[in-house]
Amino acid sequence: MQVFPFLVVAWIVIVGLYGVITSRDLIHQIVCLIVVQSSTYVLLLGVGYVTGGAAPYLFDISAHAKTVDPVVQALALTDVVVEAAVTALLLSFAVQAHKRFGTLDPHELVSLKG
Amino acid sequence: MTPRQRLWLFALGAAGLVACYLWAFAGLPGFGNYPGPYGPAIMSRVIAQTNATGAVSAINFEYRGFDTVGEEFILFTAAAGMSVVLRRLRGEREGQSSPAPEAASRERPATSSSVRVVSLLLVGPTAVIGWWLATHAQTNPSGGFQGGVILATAFFLVYLSGEFIVFRRLRPDAVLDVAEAVGAGGFAAVGVTALALSLPYLYNYLPLGTIPGAVSSSGTIALISFLVGIEVAAAFVLIIGELLDQTLLRRGVHGEGSS
Repeated sequence: MQVFPFLVVAWIVIVGLYGVITSRDLIHQIVCLIVVQSSTYVLLLGVGYVTGGAAPYLFDISAHAKTVDPVVQALALTDVVVEAAVTALLLSFAVQAHKRFGTLDPHELVSLKG
Repeated sequence: MTPRQRLWLFALGAAGLVACYLWAFAGLPGFGNYPGPYGPAIMSRVIAQTNATGAVSAINFEYRGFDTVGEEFILFTAAAGMSVVLRRLRGEREGQSSPAPEAASRERPATSSSVRVVSLLLVGPTAVIGWWLATHAQTNPSGGFQGGVILATAFFLVYLSGEFIVFRRLRPDAVLDVAEAVGAGGFAAVGVTALALSLPYLYNYLPLGTIPGAVSSSGTIALISFLVGIEVAAAFVLIIGELLDQTLLRRGVHGEGSS
């Protein structure tokens, strides 16, 4: 199937967003956001895949052999690092929210106090 | 807005999003038929231009090097931001603002000796693998980002094995701050050095070596990858250490350094 990986991408985004919307716990909400974000890995690697292509490492293949696209793989690597950094920052905000308001339920964090 | 209304709104938005997605995907060239010109162009030139066999690392640290500088500073900023966000309350005594006393008084199972032995045994190999990955970006699917994360894992295996005091000693904040600054600043400095030699920013001015893919090949790619490895390892030890500090604060465990 030519479009199956792209359908998977759409599915991961929607499932993750549903989790973010219905979540009753900040940590769970952050994990849902990671799910949404991980759809980009599937998208990037799916877009760059070439049927029958080798990995883009030139040990035993010629420089003109058919390989999958190395540019999107480098982009996926960037993606992973940024995700880890953003997750860490969000988790520290969750820690602070729990300290200040005594709850992790986003529905109870309705009013922002100065 | 009630949760029910919110769900309906989400269903509406999601339906629109899915429709746009499918429309957009219908215009893609199809799985396995990627027509992009950059991949083949880089693959056919990467050895001649950089002597690196790992094309992904060559892209990250050479062709897209400027982009990776920004990426590294995202990580740097996140680690700094976490320290700032979590530091504000560090001076507070526990109990003053701990709204979950049931969590603090919960019984904690002791670390089993099998966990201790296995994680202590894994510390050495993990550190070696991390170091090897960080220094072999030019040859194979490795690089500073992967290696740095695995190096940081070695530190947390020490923590997992219950050696909290040792862990604390392995994680002096001053040394980590310096390591992070050297990693992030070193990357930028490699680029500026090229400017000083009146070459473009991040130009590969080091000797490329003679054997493609050898450890001594590929010039600045290997150097930058190593610097990134240091930066990533330091940033992750700092980030996870900050979160662990919060847990330990709750539990009432105080190391020498925490006030």
